[in-house]
Amino acid sequence: MKLKILIICSLLLPWLVPLANGQDSTGTTARPAQIAVQPPAPVGDLTARDSEDDNGHSISLSWSLSPDDAGGLKNVLGYKIFRAASKEGPFAERNVAASGINQYNDAGGSAEGDNDYMANNIDFYYKVQAITADSLVFADSPVFGPVQATGQWFNKARTTVLVFVICFMAVMLFFINKARSGADLFVRKLAGIEAVDEAIGRATEMGKPILYVLGLGTAADIATIASFTILGRVAKKVAEYQTRLIVPCNDPIVMSVAQETVRASYMDAGRPDAYKEDMVYFVTSLQFPYVAAVNGTMLRELPATNIYMGKFYAESLLLAETGALAGSIQIAGTDEIAQIPFFVVACDYTLIGEELYAASAYLGREPVLLGSLKAQDYAKAAVIVLSIIGIVAANVGWTRFVELFHITR
Amino acid sequence: MKRSSSIVLVAVLIAFVAGWLTRAGSSSSVSATASSPLADAFYVTLAAFLTLAILSFLYKDNPYYKFAEHLFVGVSAAYWMSVGFWSTIVGNLFPRISSGLSAYFGVPFKDFTIYYFVPLVFGVLLLMRLSSKAGWLSRWSLAFIVGTTAGLNLVRYLRSDFITQVSNTFVPLLVNWRGSGAFFSDFSLSASGQFALSLSNWVIFLGVFCGLVYFFFSKEHKGFFGGASKMGIWILMITFGASFGYTVMGRISILVGRLTFLFHNWLGIID
Repeated sequence: MKLKILIICSLLLPWLVPLANGQDSTGTTARPAQIAVQPPAPVGDLTARDSEDDNGHSISLSWSLSPDDAGGLKNVLGYKIFRAASKEGPFAERNVAASGINQYNDAGGSAEGDNDYMANNIDFYYKVQAITADSLVFADSPVFGPVQATGQWFNKARTTVLVFVICFMAVMLFFINKARSGADLFVRKLAGIEAVDEAIGRATEMGKPILYVLGLGTAADIATIASFTILGRVAKKVAEYQTRLIVPCNDPIVMSVAQETVRASYMDAGRPDAYKEDMVYFVTSLQFPYVAAVNGTMLRELPATNIYMGKFYAESLLLAETGALAGSIQIAGTDEIAQIPFFVVACDYTLIGEELYAASAYLGREPVLLGSLKAQDYAKAAVIVLSIIGIVAANVGWTRFVELFHITR
Repeated sequence: MKRSSSIVLVAVLIAFVAGWLTRAGSSSSVSATASSPLADAFYVTLAAFLTLAILSFLYKDNPYYKFAEHLFVGVSAAYWMSVGFWSTIVGNLFPRISSGLSAYFGVPFKDFTIYYFVPLVFGVLLLMRLSSKAGWLSRWSLAFIVGTTAGLNLVRYLRSDFITQVSNTFVPLLVNWRGSGAFFSDFSLSASGQFALSLSNWVIFLGVFCGLVYFFFSKEHKGFFGGASKMGIWILMITFGASFGYTVMGRISILVGRLTFLFHNWLGIID
């Protein structure tokens, strides 16, 4: 009998022991963490306000850390930030800040179609939850609100940019007026541009065409705009010498502007009859098919002169190398720093960076272009002076001056 | 047909049949394949043929290159036109101006937004180029595009290039210098040592200074100015040399990618 009781008790033991220890008969634990983790103290002084110097759609929060974050119970793992459209909720979790952090910028999308759209001028309510290792043990702050996101008309962080724009405009207008009044503004010679006339003459003598490539930029890129001016000058010479011009374009808008430019140059040269619209044609907008087509043109038409002016990317060496193989004189200019080495290697003349802009002013001799070129020179002189002052400031620890140029937004 | 063309055609056919048989053999050992061996072999052979046709340009211009070039240009132009129509006009414009057109093209109608008519009008004006009489109207659109973007870029460049460049030159020329003689008390030639950091900052300062002098167009490069300008072009050329080497390295990896395709995917002679 005793043996039977002993066997029955031993069989029941696995169920009885967990019950005595506070566990259920299926073996799941009764949340020991709940017993181990104490609720922390909530964060204090929660405030939320519209983020400054932006176009809205963003609210900045700050709070004082929970006393149990790195002190007291030391059980705060981080802070959950919640937002709601009303004080009563429901509150949606926005993000989690790590322990020790007492600020958060709640930014959402600015367009209504955005997934995370955050409307301007609408009331929002916030609360911050000090969380622990146990998802059930946390402490809510009091709800703060209402607060609205609004856009600002002026970004104070960019005051330095405004000052520079005003100064630059003033200097530019001064020189444009000076150029318009007939003053001779000096621009030093650029070897690459001096070679353009020679290259056009060579093409004329050889009876071969001139290939002008405007690059892969859009019509609004500064390099492409500068290239239009150079194209105008080249087209005028070409019209005078009755040489053939080939301008394959990568962008339909660029093609339209280039057609207008070439047409105007032919009219200026007094040869509107010689202008044909298919001198300037569209190839394709994709980079490498465009390169394949231009390379093919080079080897089939064998132009005497290739001029590459504008924005270039990986195609620079492919074009310039093919042009060199075809035996053409090559003049290139781009402001894409990564591509300049390839043009330097494979072309006869290269306009480096800003020389391209200077070339358009040098060739055009228009008051607007000359005035802006002069203004740029003065801006460079200002950079040199400011750099020297800044270096002195950095060395002597004059941080206020240095911070004027740290534009983060 | 020329003899060379026949040889190329036969070689491509052999490669295609070999690829088909190889794929058919391997697919019989593997129970489930995503596509048929015939289609696989056809597409890989076509891709390999086009790759070789483009690479044949290294020898000289030839009919295979011409074929690949025209195919490449035609497909890409058509593709971009299609993408432009479906993403910009159907995807963006119609859902803002017309529920009927949205329904016709099967895109959900969003809110009616009257200012979407502005780009529509400019777009139509741009198309006026096709008319010999009304072609001048397209200049309005061109002026708008060039003017607005150039104006917006002025501020952006001034902030990101100009002012950031100025800010980046504000570097201490004697790093961790704390008074007379202090520089040499902590002297070391390691990369993070005072000497290397100070030298790096001197290079930044002199590089910016001489580079700017080189790009000064209002003055002849003579005397001190000429010397600084010459130094500037040296600094630029060293920078370009480094950039050249770095980019060539990247290009070689692209070549390796194409060769891997030919030898692995097509011929299957490397793993």
